[in-house]
Amino acid sequence: MSPLPTLYRGAEGMWMWVVHRTTGVAIFFFLLVHILDTALVRVSPEAYNDVIGHYKTPLYTFIEAGLVAAITLHALNGLRVIAVDRWTWALRHQKMLVWGVWIGFAIVMAGFLPRHLMHAFGGA
Amino acid sequence: MTGAPELKAPKKAVSHSTLGRAQRWSWIFQRVSGVLLIGLIAVHLTVNLVMGDGINQIDFAFVAGKLANPFWQWFDFTMLVLAMIHGANGMRMIINDYAQTPWIAATLHWALRISTVVIVILGTLVLFTFDPCPAGSDPSLLPSFCEDI
Repeated sequence: MSPLPTLYRGAEGMWMWVVHRTTGVAIFFFLLVHILDTALVRVSPEAYNDVIGHYKTPLYTFIEAGLVAAITLHALNGLRVIAVDRWTWALRHQKMLVWGVWIGFAIVMAGFLPRHLMHAFGGA
Repeated sequence: MTGAPELKAPKKAVSHSTLGRAQRWSWIFQRVSGVLLIGLIAVHLTVNLVMGDGINQIDFAFVAGKLANPFWQWFDFTMLVLAMIHGANGMRMIINDYAQTPWIAATLHWALRISTVVIVILGTLVLFTFDPCPAGSDPSLLPSFCEDI
């Protein structure tokens, strides 16, 4: 049986569309949880500290790093989408701009990750 | 990738004027709020996770110290409203793309609208009715300026 025909083309632009969707959905659901946990400041200091304490565990350290990674990718690719919509030059070079997104992402994470991991595991 | 069908060019070019008023505003909002959110969230993450003691500093006293300042109240309010509408607008497009059954699409759209309104109202109430020094609390959990009151 031959595979079903698909509209997905598999080039850089399509994969960035997939990245944009998945990071967007992940950030949205985190945002819902984050507003609810912050709302606990209205309940009591103990309730807030108890729940926010879970963010300081090793597991959450990596989830937070993933969240920052998702936000960085979504932000940089969003700028690429705006540029491609706005300027013919960017439309012609949209594949090159995909690599620009990943390079920018690598730079941001190289700055954030060591600092975050030192906060979480360095005992500082 | 082989096997992909040929895509026909649309009969009519899609432009801002053919999208219709609501879709056009949704398109503009998504881009304007996106750019603003990059700046707001970059500051939010830098102040809370990078500067000072990073993740270890986040507790009631830290949040209360920030939210006692009208600057951070309005900063967080702007971020709350823009992020929730930007996120809900994106989720609306995803529902339109994947939910083919009308009653499922309608249910998801209403669930999205209700949760968005509830979260924005809840977040706004917390930001503007918040008391950094609640009476009867353990003083060691409160920001240091509560001692002066």
